[in-house]
Amino acid sequence: MNGPHTPAAERGVGEVPDGPGDAPTSPAPSAEQAVLERIERARRRKPRVAEERITLSHGSGGKATHNLVEALFLEAFRNPLLEPLEDQALLHLDGEHVAFTTDSFVVSPLFFPGGDIGELAVNGTVNDLAVSGARPLYLSAGFILEEGFPVQDLRRVINSMASAAQHAGVKVVTGDTKVVQRGKADGCYINTSGIGVLERPERLSASAAREGDAVIVSGPIGDHGVTVMLARGELDIESDVRSDTAALTPLVELLLDAAPGTRCIRDATRGGVATICNEFAQASEVALVLDEHRVPVRAEVRGASEILGIDPLYVACEGRFVAVVPGDQARPAVDALRSHPLGEGAEIVGRVLSEPRGVVLLNTEFGGSRIVDMLVGDPLPRIC
Amino acid sequence: MRFVDEFRDQEKARALAADIAALCEPRRQYKFMEVCGGHTHTIYKHGLEDYLPEAVTMVHGPGCPVCVIPMGRVDDAISIARQEDVIMTSFGDMMRVPGSRGSFLDSNAAGSDIRMVYSPLDSLKIARDNPAKRVVFMAIGFETTAPSTAMTLLRASDEGLGNFSVFCNHVLVNPAIKAILGSPGMALDGFVGPGHVTTVIGCEPYGWIAKDYRKPLVVSGFEPLDILQSVRMLLLQLREGRCQVENQYTRAVAWEGNPRARAVIDEVMELRPTFEWRGLGSIPRSALRLKEKYAAFDAERLFDVPGVRVADPKACQCGEVLKGAIKPWECKVFGTACTPETPIGTCMVSSEGACAAYYNFGRFDRRKVREASRV
Repeated sequence: MNGPHTPAAERGVGEVPDGPGDAPTSPAPSAEQAVLERIERARRRKPRVAEERITLSHGSGGKATHNLVEALFLEAFRNPLLEPLEDQALLHLDGEHVAFTTDSFVVSPLFFPGGDIGELAVNGTVNDLAVSGARPLYLSAGFILEEGFPVQDLRRVINSMASAAQHAGVKVVTGDTKVVQRGKADGCYINTSGIGVLERPERLSASAAREGDAVIVSGPIGDHGVTVMLARGELDIESDVRSDTAALTPLVELLLDAAPGTRCIRDATRGGVATICNEFAQASEVALVLDEHRVPVRAEVRGASEILGIDPLYVACEGRFVAVVPGDQARPAVDALRSHPLGEGAEIVGRVLSEPRGVVLLNTEFGGSRIVDMLVGDPLPRIC
Repeated sequence: MRFVDEFRDQEKARALAADIAALCEPRRQYKFMEVCGGHTHTIYKHGLEDYLPEAVTMVHGPGCPVCVIPMGRVDDAISIARQEDVIMTSFGDMMRVPGSRGSFLDSNAAGSDIRMVYSPLDSLKIARDNPAKRVVFMAIGFETTAPSTAMTLLRASDEGLGNFSVFCNHVLVNPAIKAILGSPGMALDGFVGPGHVTTVIGCEPYGWIAKDYRKPLVVSGFEPLDILQSVRMLLLQLREGRCQVENQYTRAVAWEGNPRARAVIDEVMELRPTFEWRGLGSIPRSALRLKEKYAAFDAERLFDVPGVRVADPKACQCGEVLKGAIKPWECKVFGTACTPETPIGTCMVSSEGACAAYYNFGRFDRRKVREASRV
């Protein structure tokens, strides 16, 4: 840690110096420590959904989404294949190891600099397969279209799906179409499911991170989220930033070849890099420590985030992953990633410690330290 | 990034931290309140406490616009939003603030149309685009945001936009500081003054704090180095036995503030006799309402507003937190019953709220982390 000259870390928070006549103004550190422990116990309690109705928070990818998944879906569907809550299920079918996943796409606007909903729908599902180490093969495509949706737009979406599929080496082999009344949907929603085969020996798992491992991101973060926010046109900010949507299959291949001990990989979509790191920290019961100055963020994305009062660590990417690899394989891993155009900006951004368990810490650019928690609700802008 | 990185330089921070440590008198404890929630956010987001000596404690003040909104006003807003053909608009931070029967987000889930906007002008646009709807802007914030609400209203008036109105909840910073200084047992040594508010009201209105209460106040910018420098200026005043209003944020704040912005507020708004603050109770002459002249744009006159006073939840100690009497984690429900996902108190909602800032950014044992990092 690039510590300042008297790091608070070396003393207890709230501790006061010894000396006669000292009237301690805050309780002893044990009081705060006890509270912290109480909170951690509360956080480990079984998640539940207290709300009477679904709010937008349940779809944000943060804490509310996790609660919904664990308290409702996992409870109802519980089985050993679902339980790990990975981005894909790993099936053993007739001697073959198969990865299976599904994802729905409701982005607004449908078209944005660098991509559109069709391209996302292909790449998103391809990536959920690829990050397990699988070779994506086949996709399904389900469309929910709103009455009045221009056929020309649909054609454009389909064409970009076709070209993204070709690029990613997958085939769309089955599909479905439904049309709902005007006002009952927002133009076009797409669901894609995908299967791929696991030909490599590696079995990756979010619970596999160990002390001494390194945390890698495959390129600059937040491009997609900022692009879409700006494309909504509500902010009157102009920028050249483009979505990073891409199929990550070749990049995962390079990583696994260079770092065969790789523990886990996830693509950083909703909830951004921060959410993935929290998932790894919780599943592996370790601490992830990130160095803010090593996290690659484009100047445009940083600028827009500053203005909006959001943290790029939480902004969605559609063509980046976070990987945890053994410390001694981190350098070759990053070198391999950088050999590919999609991984040019890859960086080692942090490391894994044993304590405090389940927590992501950040050494800030300013030289301080703080927690990076799961996102609560939408990344709402601050007002002043 | 230019204009940002300059204010986050570690070397300068270390130099300031050394100065701060040197200015502290041996065996003395200092408590400074940062009034503004923006400062609270900066302190936690950048881990600024790592630079402060143990003798200096930052106390988080009441200057977070959503934190001071009482439950009754949230209920009033929801009640307006539930009336026929209404689109309510407000800033994003308001969306999750709990009323007595849920937040704006919950109300939307139950059928109302409350939208997040980035600026009051966005709500004017919504009004233009939806002539058949009645569009209400829930205005919140201190003197910082009041001018833009007033400007928006004047524009609506110029355009003759009959379907736009304002639910005015603007509050004033000085009465809040006064309420805090007047609370029993308050042991503050000085204030880090609000930067954005002061761009409007200027430095003069804080004179009474130095004169009557003998507390120094330094108006501060929002970057981490700004705050460190402001703490240094406060300590220097104390060391030299001075109690003055000083301006650290000279790159944005003129001593006399912005007379034009004040004129716009004066044109449209007037003092309320009294206003209820979350946790602080009713404070006389502490908030603004629309003038009679603009009654046609005043949601409080146009709509049936219940105006019921809702007592703060018993378990919640937001008031004590807002006054700086207790630290966020000393509240009985902090982090267990009250979390950012299920907030009981407003301080847990906005990222500028002391509780949310501590929960989201500071919920760890710095000493333990240090030990672990050594491995």
